[in-house]
Amino acid sequence: MKDSHTISLLVADKPGVLVRIALTFARRGFNIDGLVVSRIPGSDLSRMTLTSSGDPTRLEQIVRQLSKLIDVVRVIDHTGDSSIQLETGLVKISLDESNRETIFATIREYRAEVMDESVGALILSIHGSTERVHSFVQAIPQSAVREVVFSGKLLVARGTEPT
Amino acid sequence: MTQTQHPSGAKALIQGLEREGVTHIFGLPGGAAIPIFDALVESPIKLVLVRHEQGATHMADGYARASGRPGVVVATSGPGATNTVSGLLTAHMDSVPIVVLTGQVIVGALGTDGFQEADVTGITYPVVKHSYLVKDTNDIPRVVREAFHIATTGRPGPVLIDLPKDIASKPCTSQIPETLNLPGYVLIGPPDPKKIKAAADLIMASRRPVFYVGHGAVISGAGEAIRALAEKLQAPVVNTLLGKGAVDETHPLHLGMLGMHGTAYANSAVMNCDLIVSIGARWDDRITGKVDEFCSNAKKIHIDVDVAEFDKVIRTDVCVLGDARAVVEGLLPLVGRLDTKDWLAQCASWREKYPLTYSNDKGLASQYVLDRLNHLTRGEAIITTDVGQHQMWAAQFCLTKHNRRWISSGGAGTMGYGLPSAIGAQLACPDRAVWAVVGDGGFQMTLCELATAANLKLPIKVLIINNHYLGMVRQWQELFFDNRYSGVDLEGNPDFVKLAEAYGIRGLRINSVADVDRVLEEAAGIHDGPCVIDAEVAKEGNVYPMIPAGAPLSRMLIGPPTVKLEKPTGST
Repeated sequence: MKDSHTISLLVADKPGVLVRIALTFARRGFNIDGLVVSRIPGSDLSRMTLTSSGDPTRLEQIVRQLSKLIDVVRVIDHTGDSSIQLETGLVKISLDESNRETIFATIREYRAEVMDESVGALILSIHGSTERVHSFVQAIPQSAVREVVFSGKLLVARGTEPT
Repeated sequence: MTQTQHPSGAKALIQGLEREGVTHIFGLPGGAAIPIFDALVESPIKLVLVRHEQGATHMADGYARASGRPGVVVATSGPGATNTVSGLLTAHMDSVPIVVLTGQVIVGALGTDGFQEADVTGITYPVVKHSYLVKDTNDIPRVVREAFHIATTGRPGPVLIDLPKDIASKPCTSQIPETLNLPGYVLIGPPDPKKIKAAADLIMASRRPVFYVGHGAVISGAGEAIRALAEKLQAPVVNTLLGKGAVDETHPLHLGMLGMHGTAYANSAVMNCDLIVSIGARWDDRITGKVDEFCSNAKKIHIDVDVAEFDKVIRTDVCVLGDARAVVEGLLPLVGRLDTKDWLAQCASWREKYPLTYSNDKGLASQYVLDRLNHLTRGEAIITTDVGQHQMWAAQFCLTKHNRRWISSGGAGTMGYGLPSAIGAQLACPDRAVWAVVGDGGFQMTLCELATAANLKLPIKVLIINNHYLGMVRQWQELFFDNRYSGVDLEGNPDFVKLAEAYGIRGLRINSVADVDRVLEEAAGIHDGPCVIDAEVAKEGNVYPMIPAGAPLSRMLIGPPTVKLEKPTGST
């Protein structure tokens, strides 16, 4: 059984922390599918949102091992909860007369934003759930897609719940 | 204040160690570590100069296991530091508090492939509880304080401090902090009374309980409480290899070691119990065999200080998070006597029916030597072991009466552990008899430390169970690989008696049954330095009972198999 899990971590902002976390996954043969890291301003902590998939029991073990790391202050597996989740995609596409109409129809449908337009190429941004971002990219004629950059999932717990 | 009045980083480091109560430091110098060694010159801390850094880590480990206080190692950069990796693994697997200080190239040379540079924090991440690469001299007092706190609290483990040479040389203007700021390291509080009550209820509902005692019980000093609990309930006790000595193994309720080479009566009790209570043990594969069939009809209680151990291997009915001693003491007033008369009678009948046996018919049995050692030491001496057949025989026959007197590499199974750990144990407990029971294979991995022991005139007794084979692998090849011996014949072994003499220490030999008591007693009487006893034992003795790796406990072999065995499914 393979489940995708979204895990948030509050960690010390210092060298080596990411390695310790990554090794906890790698040792068990788990891939990190997505990772967002950034410093929390005004603190010596960083926030990570990480996605991985695999056997849920093993992932539960990984989360427990992560929480044992001295530099990890908090780790929460948000899988299945109703957290606010957000991802951004940047998509570079080849634009010509044959696909122009279809592509702009898709942009309007998804309310994507045109970030840059140059001769033959268009850069679009799309925000929303991972599903929505991926669905947008799927909706564009694949022959026109030159590059895709996803931010990885961002997550914050609802209400007063901690992330 | 002028700069010169401040201590160097290395001096601040050593002051930090002194403040932690460090008495001995085990190490070997090198270029990047010279400032640290220089700072040791005027320190009251005794420097034990080793011959190889692996030995230093095992000495610190043996010191820690014998005393309960953290052991400290100092090594230089590059290969000096990488030589500590096996020792870090050993300590990490068995939750032993050691602090390893490594010299490092200067900060500006980090990552440039400088001479004797190694990415030591990188190499050791998976085998430490925590580690530091210090890049500011003023961090040193705090880092030392944190390192000892982390190594010794919660579930103990090794901590490494990598110290660039220039950082060690610059003046340190900071003080040892009074309080620690480790938001990611929160120690668990007292155990949850509701969980203790749930455990007590399960215990009181059982008819055939068994207590399964591990290293956590040794570390927390829970043995007396466990004995009281077992006596109050009239419940049998078994222990793991590392749990030996937490509860007196000669106690009538004690059935000895369980697991792959445990006693048949301990394993029979585990197979037939209706409740198994793990106290500071982690359901290791040496214990469970095939997990799906392990105690499948018994209730399970797991007492552990590490929440990550719960449900890691086996699903349990009640988990109690806490220090083993606190939990067991919490259980004591909640339980009463159980009607276990039939159960204890059953256990006694297994003990009678399946005793540990051996025979000297095919030459001197290793078990006989260790049985006689047990007779001589009576569970009072500290016994350290190496890894392999002799280790299992010593575990079976040398019954341990007291906490912290059995010192053996369990999780990692590190050959070469026996001699250096004995040196550390003897330094921690100078008045206690210390025997290192080693095999001829493992002994040769760290025998250079005979020089260390000889130099310090430590009266440790190195008993080599010499079968001229890497015996445990040979046993597997005999039983599971059609007698196809590969890489196990230790042809070319030195004459260990002459070797001892070359180090200027006594060498004794046991050639026959008739020699055993006389030579062991002679060795016991040597107090002015170490001695080496070469016990020439039967070459092809096997360790029984044996549960093939990955097999259920019910497949336990009491003696030589009568049918051809399949290759084990377990990894080792």
